[in-house]
Amino acid sequence: MSEPLLKVRNLKIGATVYPPGEKPHDIEIVHGVDFDLAPGKVLGLIGESGAGKSTIGLASMAYGRGGVEITGGEVWVNGRDILKSGLRDVRSLRGGEVTYVSQSAAASFNPAKKIMDQVIEAAVEHGKFTKAQAEDRARALFAKLGLPDPDNIGKRYPHQVSGGQLQRCMTALALCPEPDLVVFDEPTTALDVTTQIDVLKAIKEAIRDTGVAALYITHDLAVVAQVSDDIMVLRMGDMVEYGPTDQIINAPQEEYTKALVSVRSIRHEEKQPSATPVLTAKKITARYKGTAFDVLHDVSVELHPGQTLAVVGESGSGKSTLARVITGLLPPGQGKIDFAGRTLSAALEGRSREDLRELQMIYQMADVAMNPRQTVGTIIGRPLEFYFGLKGAEKRARVAELLDKIEMGDGFVDRYPAELSGGQKQRVCIARALAAKPKLIICDEVTSALDPLVADGILKLLLDLQKVEDVAYLFITHDLATVRAIADSIAVMYQGKVVRYGPKSQVLSPPFDDYTDLLLSSVPEMKLGWLEEVIAHRKMESAGN
Amino acid sequence: MKNIPISAMIGLFFTGLYFAAAILAPLIAPYGMAEVVGDVWEPASSEHLLGTDNIGRDLLSRMIYGGRTTIFIATVATALSFITGSVFGLLAAVLGGWADQAMSRFVDLIMSIPSLIFALVVLSVMPVTIPVLILVMGLLDATRVYRLARAVAVDINVMDFVEAAKLRGEGRGWVIFREILPNALSPLVAEMGLRFIFMVLFVSTLSFLGLGVQPPEADWGGIVKENKEGIVYGIGAALWPAVAIATLAISVNLVADWILNRTTSLKGGRG
Repeated sequence: MSEPLLKVRNLKIGATVYPPGEKPHDIEIVHGVDFDLAPGKVLGLIGESGAGKSTIGLASMAYGRGGVEITGGEVWVNGRDILKSGLRDVRSLRGGEVTYVSQSAAASFNPAKKIMDQVIEAAVEHGKFTKAQAEDRARALFAKLGLPDPDNIGKRYPHQVSGGQLQRCMTALALCPEPDLVVFDEPTTALDVTTQIDVLKAIKEAIRDTGVAALYITHDLAVVAQVSDDIMVLRMGDMVEYGPTDQIINAPQEEYTKALVSVRSIRHEEKQPSATPVLTAKKITARYKGTAFDVLHDVSVELHPGQTLAVVGESGSGKSTLARVITGLLPPGQGKIDFAGRTLSAALEGRSREDLRELQMIYQMADVAMNPRQTVGTIIGRPLEFYFGLKGAEKRARVAELLDKIEMGDGFVDRYPAELSGGQKQRVCIARALAAKPKLIICDEVTSALDPLVADGILKLLLDLQKVEDVAYLFITHDLATVRAIADSIAVMYQGKVVRYGPKSQVLSPPFDDYTDLLLSSVPEMKLGWLEEVIAHRKMESAGN
Repeated sequence: MKNIPISAMIGLFFTGLYFAAAILAPLIAPYGMAEVVGDVWEPASSEHLLGTDNIGRDLLSRMIYGGRTTIFIATVATALSFITGSVFGLLAAVLGGWADQAMSRFVDLIMSIPSLIFALVVLSVMPVTIPVLILVMGLLDATRVYRLARAVAVDINVMDFVEAAKLRGEGRGWVIFREILPNALSPLVAEMGLRFIFMVLFVSTLSFLGLGVQPPEADWGGIVKENKEGIVYGIGAALWPAVAIATLAISVNLVADWILNRTTSLKGGRG
């Protein structure tokens, strides 16, 4: 067996933490990890946030980000231990032998410089190519990555290309100096599913054609299954399981890996619509103040009591705007909203306290949806006091009951939001909405900022609560797996219009319109070779047209 | 509360010392404020620890009484400027629209006139009494606090938790005082330390120019004015108020910094 390109032995990484109200202290965030990567192979690093996967990725460039320090172990690249190398050596390594693709290309490119100048910078700086050679190489990479007009796209500024294109430009940047190893850090996480598939395909082909080795870091097992040869599952800085992709996906050994593989396997039976819907939005057209552009055109949806309507679409499809119109934050230009047997006033100011109470909202970012200066008890207790006039012991009892409902104990009453985990924060937001005893809760991407297993827990909780409280959900999401798990009916939105609408069974079965087909086929599936199937399928279709 | 950093300890100690001296002035001052007890500009001695001033009054006693006046005026004026400035600033951020425009443009108008000149003009037509002095200084300074409070509150006002409160149907009072104010407090407190010092300097400047505290009342700016001729003869009486102002400024800011750090960590690192 040939010498591995990257050899990591007993890697330990530490960081200093600053907990509120305590003295700063050092903790270890990666506890001794070992792995090998042979030339031309791809290793997927997978785990939840805090698993240490990005930290390990950066350590393979001998770099620790923001207060993170490599405290022990060895990292061998091309036969030398880079942790013991001098600064000069490490500098020739970074951007030369090892390059990096970050999650947010938009934040990583310098907006004031043209794309080409940034793509060739490292290659020229390291003396690998002359400027002209590097530019030729960059153009060839642009073509290989499927970017439009590869000869001229480098002359544009970063803001002049789309997010998916910029992510591919960043891949070109990483591949330009002919590195031996590329570290991909969540390269498709910030993209829409329909864009993700193009970028994924481009990355996979570029890796195959250039013969470069790669570390592919992500939280999405279905994505990593498409590109990597081996997978390492990490959890809280420890290796959980490490093996060939096939074995991890099809025959996982550890409980935690099994849970990751079977995530999103919640099954939910579709309910029959009742006679009278709780919410009817009729022919809604809306635009933001000061613009001459309708964000919503003629949107009509219905939602029945105790059921879930999922509104699906990519960013910019108008799904969150629909929520703002229903809540009254953005009065519609045309159309009307009937709720619980009465017509709602278009503007928030015209709504009664009953209207407000019965229509609650849960936000995507639980961190900013709660006042950081209020305790959990105050956050959940306020609606009780405000709508029902509960005080003192009565209020405390009801808060405890609500905390119990969201599967959190009484001990959380005096905690501040900063002292809760991401999933707990979202649970408190759910309790705050439930406290008002609403008929309808609008859930705006409530699980998309959470790790898959935590998100699963939240979805289960929402489904259970729906049975007990008989509350209807308007569930806004871009994630079709979530939709499958919880919806009774679905509205697919694209460019401000509802392109497909009906009961779940009907919307998710053929024949599909073009957009729904694209959207459905773009959701990564937890199986090997899925990417190739989809691409072959699409090629066949476009040949057929 | 347990682990107060050393810098904050020093700040707390000196701030406390100055405020204690101000409050207890009649008890600790060795002589009366306007009592002539010696020769002109006597050097420091065991009877007169800082010497005497331009007409033979005990300088230490004048410094203590002067500190009392200066600190009292600065404190009340800072409180006034903070209450008016932040209430209107937060209100402007929450109301938005024309109310915000009207208030902000009015504040711009006031701020376009240098505040010292504005104060001199007003004080030259009004009777110079301490309440008038406090009112003029407080209201002029409120424009600065307004700008800060509005800028901070505009950012907080668009956060989801404020939107959630509005969707709940909460009134403006709750939104301003319960949702926005607690989160705007740390920059405001930090600013308050700085503003207090500006107030000390402002009242001293006015007194030095003869439009502030009127003799025979003592204040630090007035003491500099009375003793400034002495500097030519190598008499340092006019420097003591400068030392007092500088040490007070530094110690108040050490305390303000510490409060800022403490409240930031409470919020879980945000802001």
